[in-house]
Amino acid sequence: MATLKELTSDEEKLTGGHRLCPGCGAGIAARQVLLAAKGKPVVVAMATGCLEVSTTIYPYSAWQVPAIHSAFENAGATISGVEAAYQFLKRKGKIDKDIKFIAFGGDGGTYDIGLQSLSGAMERGHDILYVCYNNEAYMNTSVQRSGATPRYANTTTAPAGKVKNGKSQTRKDLTAIIAAHDVPYVAQSVVGNWVDLTRKVEKALDIKGPKFINVLASCQLGWVHEMDLAVDIGKLAVETCYWPIYEVENGIWKLSYKPKEKKPVQEFLKLQGRFKHLFTPTENTELIAEIQADIDKKWEWLNKMCGEACLPAGRSQEVKK
Amino acid sequence: MSKIAKTGNEAMAEAMRQINPDVVAAYPITPATEIAMIFAQFVSDGLVDTEFVAVESEHSAMSATIAASSAGVRAMTVTSSQGLALMYEMLPIASGLRLPIVMPEVNRALSAPINIHCDHSDTMSARDFGWIQIFSENVQEAYDNTIAAIRISEHPDVRIPSMVTTDGFIISHCMEPLEKIDDADVKKFIGEYKPAVSLLNSIDKPITIGAIDLQNYYFEHRRSVEDGMEAAKRIIPQIYDEFAKTFGRKYDLIEKYKSDDAEFIIVALGSTAGTIRAVVDELRAKGVAAGLLKIRVFRPFPNNEIADALKGAKVIAVLDRSDPANTFGGPVFGEIRAALYDLDKRPIIVGYIYGLGGRDCTLDHLRSVYSDIQKIGKTGKIDKICKYLGLRE
Repeated sequence: MATLKELTSDEEKLTGGHRLCPGCGAGIAARQVLLAAKGKPVVVAMATGCLEVSTTIYPYSAWQVPAIHSAFENAGATISGVEAAYQFLKRKGKIDKDIKFIAFGGDGGTYDIGLQSLSGAMERGHDILYVCYNNEAYMNTSVQRSGATPRYANTTTAPAGKVKNGKSQTRKDLTAIIAAHDVPYVAQSVVGNWVDLTRKVEKALDIKGPKFINVLASCQLGWVHEMDLAVDIGKLAVETCYWPIYEVENGIWKLSYKPKEKKPVQEFLKLQGRFKHLFTPTENTELIAEIQADIDKKWEWLNKMCGEACLPAGRSQEVKK
Repeated sequence: MSKIAKTGNEAMAEAMRQINPDVVAAYPITPATEIAMIFAQFVSDGLVDTEFVAVESEHSAMSATIAASSAGVRAMTVTSSQGLALMYEMLPIASGLRLPIVMPEVNRALSAPINIHCDHSDTMSARDFGWIQIFSENVQEAYDNTIAAIRISEHPDVRIPSMVTTDGFIISHCMEPLEKIDDADVKKFIGEYKPAVSLLNSIDKPITIGAIDLQNYYFEHRRSVEDGMEAAKRIIPQIYDEFAKTFGRKYDLIEKYKSDDAEFIIVALGSTAGTIRAVVDELRAKGVAAGLLKIRVFRPFPNNEIADALKGAKVIAVLDRSDPANTFGGPVFGEIRAALYDLDKRPIIVGYIYGLGGRDCTLDHLRSVYSDIQKIGKTGKIDKICKYLGLRE
């Protein structure tokens, strides 16, 4: 794997001066993904979203690699079309470069409106890497709930109020859905663990066929936290098993990291204003217990998939009994 | 050149084989599915060099075609009706990015109720997306227009996409004689593809396609689509002239049939023009000064050519094969009426909405239209500006 020194000495492919918010997880994710390509020729496609509108305000562009955007729900089809053109030109000997194709979509453009397009691209076997920068809501349009929004988070279309506690449904497990496409490489990673993300992107780009990486990337505006916390919150998401990092390579599930002690989910929740209603005026232990139970259940399931024993920590220990 | 029997779909698929596009992304939709099926077989038999992407929806078909075209290759797709409707979001993106995509499009009614047969409601509702729209009267035109459209859309001054339409089942599934051009001659006529923009050629000097334009640039960029359309109006007759010189068949934006001295003219698009021709001949034999004006190219809209062709008429009937339900009249009617506004002496003009969902348009229907407009010519009285033709009321 590339060292930090190597990565930081490479030319930036997503330059500064773009208009993402300070401390935005999406920008960190995109930048790390492109640096992990280590100078390989890369072409990028984007779904409409924060990343796209903030980096391509005409006549400027922050992208130092060829980049294309056309609509919201079609990053999968767009990268497919570009890759098909490349396959044609390569076959006809009209292009000799070995180009890598990367699509970026937020969770709205990936979990929801773009799911069909992504599924089609995965099923057709294009030689592409799709990266979802998952900030768990429609942040570009002011924090509406998506299929990736966790239970009891406050969003503008599932707000917490006098009789409701935010989103009442649990998140969709998109990573598992894409794994069910039997593609060669699927992974979850996080903004907050650059080693993990870099290693996964490096690995993915060396594999032929469709690849998918789901990167949890916080949004300080939508998650409502201090703007220097994106990395810390990402780490906590992993330490609490709220967002386990793992990979599925040719059908083999493998945990990338197992916390020594699973931290209670409160530690992750309490830093974020989107869960504020769970802590005020007093801690809503019942709802937090529900969130913890969801996490424990999923963590146990993931450990089974990965052939691992579940961690003897907190409630998961009780589940094991 | 060889003479063979083909359906409209077979003829368009054959044109696509000869065009040999670099990328085709397509999805099944009646009655256009056959074009994609036949083409897929060409791919499987190694008769074309195309990278064929069997996408999971028409939205993705147009998205992938746009992406491939942006990547720097000649890209095509085909569709019809609901499929075109699912592409709607992407259609103005294709024109806004000034991509020379050519798309055979088989005219079919839009749901609801679901119906698989011909009308123009699909194509007409896509008329203001910056696409060139060419209507074909028969199998030969479907074939010729598909080949000509490549040259039109790819002309450096034009660079906007084209949809070449046929009428569902009436042309798409009916067999007619086709004069097929030799492969080498098609290849020579369309020439090698030279992209104006290429994502894949920009690795060393990267470009961004599809950037966000705010108040300061959007207007100018959308205006550039009109530039392409204005150029198309000038370039299309030139390409058709070259086509005529090379292959012997002469086309233009509009087609006049015995209309120069006609008092009573029907205006129509697509396959119905053929039926009207028969009625014109019949009436001419009886001494009635009947004529036909066929609009081949609806976008760009040939307003001056139409006004010039209709200026001497007494009464005009415009046939619309779609119903915008606007309480005024069909889109073709409205635009032709507007095109005549600047004439010193304006003919009387009425509209008919006909043939929705594949309802037959018979010789008798058309005779009744000519009889109506002759009556209007005599009395000067119009009972209703826009009527339905062939509707049970």
